[in-house]
Amino acid sequence: MPFFNHAIETLRRSEIEEMQLKLLRAQARRMYERSPFYHARMREVEVMPDDITRLDDVRRLPTTKKTDLRDNYPDKLFVPPLEKIVRYHVSSGTTGQPTVVAYTRNDIEMWSESLARAFASTGMGESDVIQVANGYGLFSGGMGMHYAGEKLGATVLPAGTGNTRRQVQFMMDLPVTCIACTPSYMLQIAEVAQSMGVSLQDDTRLERGILGAEPWSDSMKAKIEDEAGIKAYNCYGASELSGPLFTECEAQDGIHVWGDMALVEIIDPDTGEACADGEKGEMIVTMLQKEAMPLLRYRIGDMSSLSWDPCECGREHPRLMRLTGRVDDMMVIRGINVFPSQVEHLLYEVPEVGKNFQIVVDRVGNLDTMLIKVELEPEAFTDDILKLRHINRQVADGLKAVLNIKVEVQLVGPGTLPKGESEKASRVIDKRVM
Amino acid sequence: MSLHELRQISVLLENKAGRLAVIAGALQENGVNILAFTIAEAEGFGVVRIIVDDPAKARRSLEAQGLAVTENRMMALRMLDEPGGLYGISRILGEQDINMEYAYAFNRPGKAILILKVTDINTALPRIEASYPEFLEECSGYQHC
Ligand SMILES: [Zn+2]
Repeated sequence: MPFFNHAIETLRRSEIEEMQLKLLRAQARRMYERSPFYHARMREVEVMPDDITRLDDVRRLPTTKKTDLRDNYPDKLFVPPLEKIVRYHVSSGTTGQPTVVAYTRNDIEMWSESLARAFASTGMGESDVIQVANGYGLFSGGMGMHYAGEKLGATVLPAGTGNTRRQVQFMMDLPVTCIACTPSYMLQIAEVAQSMGVSLQDDTRLERGILGAEPWSDSMKAKIEDEAGIKAYNCYGASELSGPLFTECEAQDGIHVWGDMALVEIIDPDTGEACADGEKGEMIVTMLQKEAMPLLRYRIGDMSSLSWDPCECGREHPRLMRLTGRVDDMMVIRGINVFPSQVEHLLYEVPEVGKNFQIVVDRVGNLDTMLIKVELEPEAFTDDILKLRHINRQVADGLKAVLNIKVEVQLVGPGTLPKGESEKASRVIDKRVM
Repeated sequence: MSLHELRQISVLLENKAGRLAVIAGALQENGVNILAFTIAEAEGFGVVRIIVDDPAKARRSLEAQGLAVTENRMMALRMLDEPGGLYGISRILGEQDINMEYAYAFNRPGKAILILKVTDINTALPRIEASYPEFLEECSGYQHC
């Protein structure tokens, strides 16, 4: 099945852009009429829905920042009627405040459709068996892959994360052809398979990996393809946009962003000017058909470039070329987004420690580790090791609750860490080789 | 300060090679002698506890290195070759609801001294003085304050 939605996937660029303008105008109108947040924002910048007459006019609309999500927690960005909401997912925000994402039935349909098209573009179809080893639950990854797999008509094995030996066993026992997970977990699976004496290449039917939710390099991709004997397809998405939405196609040369789903702008983060085709800059995403919580011109924080060059696969939907980093200081650790500001926020709640900290991220085997060094307040220092341990635990447990990953905490003496504000870069030491 | 107690200096020790050398170096440079020394460890960090001849100077020189320092009053007991002595002392502390937090020993010419941290040294010392004076070490010669 080369196409999932033949009519849309085969549109020419001019047709795609024409459709985007129509959808953008409709979305802007709907936001102006129904969303109190965007109504106020559009009035602030004095843009009315009818002012959008060309696709470039998107630049006249207000942008949406991560802080807007935080400030409008939990539901102030939802668009009525609220009884049409059928699901919530929750993702971590930049501080202690998470982001709640709402979906109507149609939002779930479109999300699944987007990823189902992407799956088909990698060559998958009804006869495939997809093992979803992303997290299920509040995190949107697992369920996004799951629904898309079913939408495609493939068979889905909702394996979830963890228990790697069992994951390998499933691949042997069932005709699994595709795995969805993070790139580092894929390496972990390959390693465990090897230790079990299983060759993923010869003893399973695994052909593809749909890998994403964390940054990875071309060399890591090559390593995965080599060690697991599969084709690795990069996947892009974010909970704020729904979840995983787009992947590379068979050509493995950039991620097709379906033009009817999202309008991506690339701007120079310093000047705000639009970048040329293929030029690297900050991504701004407008979801064109989302209903329950549409974000206009969302500054998602990723750096990339967009290419409208026709793809080898025949599709003209634009492609995100290699994602090259972040505008902000977000890190992805074991597939989970972590902002240093979340750590800072938690430290304010523990009076025995200072506000200075340092995060050391490393990769041991294929697993990310995170160590947080925290300064003890001078008054809190005691010869009582139990009290110090208690402080240490308090910080570690608090961070675990906020970040949803296990962190190691190390207490250090007052004034021994570099000062946070002046040298922002030294707050995070990432030793991982991606 | 009673005659039978010592001032202990504690320093936060990060799990870092060379940290201990910084402590020892700072004390040596300032002519402070270390009489006893112990390390308590936990996840990723430790506390160095030391008895020195000049606690005030030790504190100043360690703080000058940017180290977190704290002081505690410790009881000094003689380890006598006498059955039942320690038992008697623990019984006295128990009766007064005083807990022993930790202890360590060090040697002086011809004798061993037990350094003991208790929860309430002000109550503990007079009681032990009254019942087991022979167990209390006379510390005046160890530290100048
Ligand atoms: Zn393509």
